[in-house]
Parts: sequence; structure tokens; C-alpha cells
Amino acid sequence: MMFEFPGIAMIAEKLPSLTDRSIGWPSWGQWQRVLLLEDYNTRVVILATTMLGMAAGIVGSFTLLRRRALMGDALSHATLPGIGLAFLLAPMLGQSGKSLPVLLVGAAISGVLGMIAILLIRSLTRIKEDTALGIVLSVFFGGGVAILGIVQQTSTGHAAGLESFIYGKTASIVAQDAWLIGWTGLIAIMILAMLFKELKLLCFDQGYAAARGFPTLALDCILMATVVLVTIVGLQAVGLVLMIALLVIPAAAARFWTLQMRRMVWIAGTVGALSCLLGAGLSGVFPNLPSGAMIVLTAAVFFVTSMMVGAARGVLIRVVRRQQLNRRIDRQHVLRGVYELLEKQGSSHSTSSLSSTPSVAIADLLATRSWSLRRLEHELYGCERDGWLIRRRSDHSIVLTAAGMREAERLTHEHRLWELYLIHHADIAPGQVDRDADAIEHVLDPEMIEQLEGLLNRSRVQAGVVASPHEVTAHATSNAI
Amino acid sequence: MPGIERWNWELDGWIVLAGMLCAVAASLLGNFLVLRKMSLLGDAISHAVLPGLAAAFLITGSRNSLPMFFGAVVVGILTAVFTEWIRRFGQVDEGASMGVVFTSLFALGLIIIVQAADHVDLDPGCVLYGAIELTPLDKMLVAGHQVPRVVVTLSVVVLLNLGFVWFFYKELVITSFDPALADTNGFRAIWLHYALMMLVAVTAVASFESVGNILVVAMFVVPAAAASLWTDRLPRMIGLSCLLAALSAVLGHWGAIAVPGWFGYKSTTTAGMMAAMAGCLFMLSLVFAPKDGILFKSIRRHRLAWGIFGDDLLAYLYRCEERQTKHIVNLQEVQSALRSSYWATKLLTVWYERCGTIFKTGDSISLTDEGRRRAITLVRSHRLWEQYLVEQAGLPNDRIHGQAERLEHYTNQSVRAELDRETEYPNTDPHGSPIPLEDIERPKH
Repeated sequence: MMFEFPGIAMIAEKLPSLTDRSIGWPSWGQWQRVLLLEDYNTRVVILATTMLGMAAGIVGSFTLLRRRALMGDALSHATLPGIGLAFLLAPMLGQSGKSLPVLLVGAAISGVLGMIAILLIRSLTRIKEDTALGIVLSVFFGGGVAILGIVQQTSTGHAAGLESFIYGKTASIVAQDAWLIGWTGLIAIMILAMLFKELKLLCFDQGYAAARGFPTLALDCILMATVVLVTIVGLQAVGLVLMIALLVIPAAAARFWTLQMRRMVWIAGTVGALSCLLGAGLSGVFPNLPSGAMIVLTAAVFFVTSMMVGAARGVLIRVVRRQQLNRRIDRQHVLRGVYELLEKQGSSHSTSSLSSTPSVAIADLLATRSWSLRRLEHELYGCERDGWLIRRRSDHSIVLTAAGMREAERLTHEHRLWELYLIHHADIAPGQVDRDADAIEHVLDPEMIEQLEGLLNRSRVQAGVVASPHEVTAHATSNAI
Repeated sequence: MPGIERWNWELDGWIVLAGMLCAVAASLLGNFLVLRKMSLLGDAISHAVLPGLAAAFLITGSRNSLPMFFGAVVVGILTAVFTEWIRRFGQVDEGASMGVVFTSLFALGLIIIVQAADHVDLDPGCVLYGAIELTPLDKMLVAGHQVPRVVVTLSVVVLLNLGFVWFFYKELVITSFDPALADTNGFRAIWLHYALMMLVAVTAVASFESVGNILVVAMFVVPAAAASLWTDRLPRMIGLSCLLAALSAVLGHWGAIAVPGWFGYKSTTTAGMMAAMAGCLFMLSLVFAPKDGILFKSIRRHRLAWGIFGDDLLAYLYRCEERQTKHIVNLQEVQSALRSSYWATKLLTVWYERCGTIFKTGDSISLTDEGRRRAITLVRSHRLWEQYLVEQAGLPNDRIHGQAERLEHYTNQSVRAELDRETEYPNTDPHGSPIPLEDIERPKH
């Protein structure tokens, strides 16, 4: 059958003995050989894949930010017909169909054609990006498969050679491949470094880049050309799926660690290089594990770890941040609730000393909002730890400290400023403003408060806390956030 | 199609039928994948199912295709679920999360296979990339007829997909175009999304077991994209995409036999050729589709451009007549006034002379009565617009000309009458030029 399963070549080369496929724990000698790079073959494989991982990670972070992560997928499939045609046509030009430069040129031409097709479909029709990628991927690959079907019939050679070209031969990379990968990667990285500013603008705001007079189409072409460049040298060394993985996964992992593009590019390069280093190394230690698959899985582990603990956009950090915000909001609700209760009792003055500050019953506080006793207790405990209030166990009541009182005054003041603003400037009925103000009071910054005070002519320093524009009763608001 | 008379219908007929069934099954769902911007899902799933196949094989220890089928479908659905999770919780872009998931799953599958391979000889090539050419060889008895097993399987899949699209059409439409609206209507878009993903997985696995994965990946995307160039109506798009899919299957098999023959080779892979033929049909649609095709779009644009160019010529000649500063207007003058190229101006004057709107005496170009009538309507529209823009829209005098220049080409008689009324029947425009009166054609009885 013509269309062989991609992994076969990889597996077959990986396994000298077809009967022994068990994973035994390697001896110390095996570890030593791999760790110290004693084996020439292992050394070349690790070095070549590491360089490729770095280059692919860097190139991939641009395509990821351009929202074209699967560009590499489409372009690497699009090289197939070029390779087949190069093989068929090379003898007419007096070249051997199996010579690497000829095949690379064929792959490059066909990749560039695929890239042009994507750009044309996108700019001439309303067809979306992903569909354009899908069309180019499947049609070019289909054409390639058909051409390989013809190649198989030629007397000069079997298509097997071409298939290893497409599906990779990670375990049998030679020094020549390593040099090729190294130089190509370096060229791609240098192109990207020189055009960093322009490409950054293209990735984040294409419209603005076009308005500033940057040649967006040319920049797009250059970016895609670097993808083609890295993909082609990568394909013949490590195969289709690994190449796609190296273009997508390290960049996606790096995105969790930083919000700065320059850092993200470096992190992506490092993750790519590390995945290849570890993956190829592991495959060297456990010779029965195919190195291509090990590299992808190592990268996947990096991705999952980054997604969980990434410092900028990781899942955990976002959960923690949201919880911190929720806690702060809850505590601010407690303080304002206490203040408003005190106000109702007619005994809140910032001048009053701590000893004479009257207490508020927890039961009353519970009635002000729709919160459970357990949650309130939890927040009271937090407030007490922060030094804002003191709980009196004797009669289940609480007393604000001086600092707590100041904070409560500030919060109530800001809450009411916003209410007044809504009433006077947004024409919202006084009965409805409480809920809106409740949501926004936690995020008003000092400049905004100053502006509001100026606008409404109510300075807290001069006139004290603003009186509530509506009757302060049990809050209608559910404790939503 | 030359050469079709040599087909052996017992063999070629079944192959084409299998290809058509696969193509139609995929393109039915493909329309919704394209609409949901998930065109690459077919590709992702066909790579990702490898661990499912391997695990099913490890567990059952047999190459029975039913457990393998279920294993692959389960992993196919997992691919969709993982992609969705990473997209939502990690806030990663759809394409990237798909890329992460399918490459990782593929690698996992590879490793399982390497470990499993010593039990029985498992040739993933056979499981993953079946050959459509072998379709007629494996037959089963259905209602007293010998029918290839593949055809039976794919017919079931087609019916399944057809039923899904038929019964959930309304829901599919609403969730594809506006998932938020679907949610506010109390309909959980996500469940339909997963149902669609399940069918995509079923279709993909059933198809590439029998006819090869490249065909199904292409058929998910290409016919639907081609059909979208022909129409804006979804039912028509679905129907058309199925038609194109079936057509590319027929053409593909013909091409696989015939095309290599032109270069002196024997026949090539049918599945690959079917995908390539779908690409050809897409290219034809791209050029010739009446709605979104390049050809008709460019013809429409050129016609508009020439119409406007001609309008400008007539209006210019009228203004020259009006000013009476010079009686002879020649080609060079028109060319410099309208900033047009020599050949375009030349062509236009020849064309308009033929139409009888202008005539030439020696070097000079003048309007005929018919041409003058058209020029008057244009100049009248232009000046009425200028008056309207100053009076009603409050634009300053120096900014109205460009606006009016654009609007004059789209202004018909009833709009002119309305403008006339709104601006209270002016005699001159804001620049002081007279607004000419048109002789309104009376409707003939």
C-alpha cells in the first residue's frame, strides 16, 4: 500500500531487533553514554533537534500571536506535491531524483505556492482563515499523494525514500542535516529579529500597521516564508507531526508565562529546545521509545505545566487572583455594612475614639446582605486579622478599630459618590443606583475619586462622608461577585 | 470523459460509490465545521485517533474492527473536549489548542503502538489508511445482493449525518451563527457542539478505515468552502456542497485512471486524486461562481468603473458647453480633465460614439441630444446634492463636491425629485451654477 503510516519509518529505524520492544530500566552505562553525549549518533540527533526546537519555537510564537498556529500544519502538508514532482522532473534536468537539494527546492516551491494560495483565498473571498488553511492542506496533500502514486511506478526508485523525507528519520539524522538545520534556523531567527518591531505590530494590530504605512502583505509573506523555511528543513529531519508540534506547543506554552512579546519569543525558543533535548535524550536512554513521539510528549508536559502554573496567564494564578479579588470585595462589603449600621444608630463620627465606638450586632450585619452566616464569619475573621475590627464574643458584636473606621468611611464615601454620579449624570433612579455602585466601588482608583469629588463638589476632607441618596435598608443586592 | 467506457462497473462502480458516500457524509457536516471556523478539526481528529486504535487493540488483543472503531471514536470526541477545555480554561486560541491536542495524542498513540506491536502484528497503516481501491473485494450479503462492506458502513454514516442535519437543522443554524443567542434561549449550545464533534469523529473513523484519511479531511472542508462561493443560503450551500463532493469523487476516480496516462504512467491513488479534484472544483468556483467568483466580481467592478467613467465624460462635456469658453473639446483635454489614460479615453469615446451619446467632428467631441439628456440628469443630481448637503446636512461649501461626485452616479429620478422638494426647488447650487431642468419622460400609455 502506498500511503504508509507515518510512524512506521520512525519505528523501524528505532528498532534494530523487531522482537524486543520492552522498556527495561537502562543500566548506568546507558545513562552515562547519553548524558555525556558519548555516542556520536545521539550527539548529532540531540544537537539537531534542539536547534530545530529553538528555531521552531521562535517562529511559532509569531504565527501563534498572528492567530495562525496551524499555518505550519497546512504548509508542511503543502510541500508533498513539490517533493514528488521534483523527484519526477529531476532526471529531465540531469539531476538525481533523490538528491537532497533538488527535493528541498521542490518542497520549497510547493510550500510557497501553498502560502500564496492561502493568501489569495483569504484576500479574494470571504472565506475564513481556517478554511483557507484546510483547503490548501487537504488539496495539496491529496495532489501529493496522487503524485507519489505515480512516483512508485518509476523504475529509478521507490517512493520509500521520499516517504522518509516526509515522515522523518529522527533517529538517523546525520551531521549534514544538523548543519542544514542550524544555518536555516539561524537565518530564520535573524530575519525575525531584524523585523521584530514590524512583525510585532502586524501580530497585534494589522489595521494600525497598514494605516502607518507598513507593507502588511509583504510582512505577512516574510513571516510565512520563515515558517516554510523552518518547516522544510525540519520535515526531512523529524517528520510532519513533530514539526507541527514544535511550531505550536512551545509557543502556546510560553504564552502562559509572560505578557511581553520579546520574553515570550525567548521562552518559546527555550521550551522548544528543552523539549527536544529532554525528549531526544530520553529516547536515547530508552531506545525502544521513538524519539519524535518522546519530543512531542515532553513538549506536551511543558505545555500542561505552563498552563497550570504559568506566571502571567496560567490557570492557577488566575484562580488565585480572582479569589483574592473576591475576598477583598467581601471584606469591603463587611466594612461598609458596619458603617451603614453605625450610621443608622446615629453614632458614627470619625472623631469618636475607639473606646466610645459603639458595637454592631453580627445578627444585624447578617441581615444587610444576602450572605450566609458562615461566609460572614469567614470574612469577619479576615477583617479581624487585617486589624480592621475587633469581635466581642460576649454579645456577638463587633467594634471597628480606628483604621477600620477610616477604611469604612472611605468605602462608604466612594460608594455614595458613585451613586450620586449615577443619579445626577446618568439619570438613574435613586432606588436603582445601589447595585451599580456596589459592583464598581471596589475598583475606583484615587484619581477617579478626586474627579468625582470635583464634579459633585463633595470633598470628604471638608464635608465628611456623603449622605446616602437613598434610604439605607437591608441591601437589595445579592452578593453576586 | 474519455476512457470511461473501459470501466468495469463491478469494480469501478463500487469504488466511485464508496468515494461518493464518504464525500457526501463528510461534506454534510463540513458545512457546519466551516461556519464554526473549525475546518481543521477533520485533520486533527484523523491524527489524534491513533491512541484510541492502539488502546482498543491492547485491551481486546484483536484486530476486530468494532472495538477499534469505538476506541477511535472515543478519542476523537476526547480531542474535541480537550481542545475546548484548553481553549476555555487556558484562553488559548482555537487553532493552537487543536494543534497541541492532536500532536500530543498522536505521539502518545505512537508510543503505545511501539509497546503493543510485539503481541500481534498490528499494521496501523491498514487500520488508519485503508485503500479505496480494495473496496469491491470485501463483500457482504445485503437483501440478497453482494454489496461491499465499505459501502454498507458508509451508507449508514450518510444516513446518520443526514438525520442529524435534518432533525437538528434549526439548532445547528442558531448555534453556528449565534451561540450566545442559543444559550439565552435556554438551549445548551455546548451539547450540540459535542454531538457534532461525535459525528465528525464517527465519519472520520468510518471513512478512513475504508477509503483513506486524506479524502475525508478534504471533503470536510473543500466542497463546503466551494459551495459558500455560490450562495448565501445555508440549505442551498449544503445541497450544493454534497453535489460538488459527489462530483469530485466521480472525477477523482476518472482522473486517477486517465490523468497519469497522459504522461505515460499507469493509474494512481484514487483517494488522493479525489481530494485534488475537489481542489480543482474549488478553483473553478473561485473563478466562475456568479456571486463571489473572481471573474464576475471583477466584471461587475469594471462595469461600474466604466459606467462612472462614461458619466464623468458626459458631465464634463456638458459643463464645457455650459461655460462656452471653448467650443472645441478634444481627446487630450478630456484625458487631462478626467485624469484617465489615453487608451481608456479613446476606447470610451469610440464606444459612446457608437451608442450615439457623443459625436466627433474632426478632433472635437460634442454631445448628441441623447447624450445631453443623460448629462443633464447627472449634472442636475450633482448640483441638487450639493445644495442638499449645504442646506440640510450643514456641510461647508468646500467639502461638498467630492460627496456629490460620488452620489450623482446612484441618484435616480425619484430621488432627484425628492432632493428638489427638500431643498425647496433651487435654481442654483451653492457655487452659483445653475441647476439644469430635466425633461421628464412621461409614462407611455
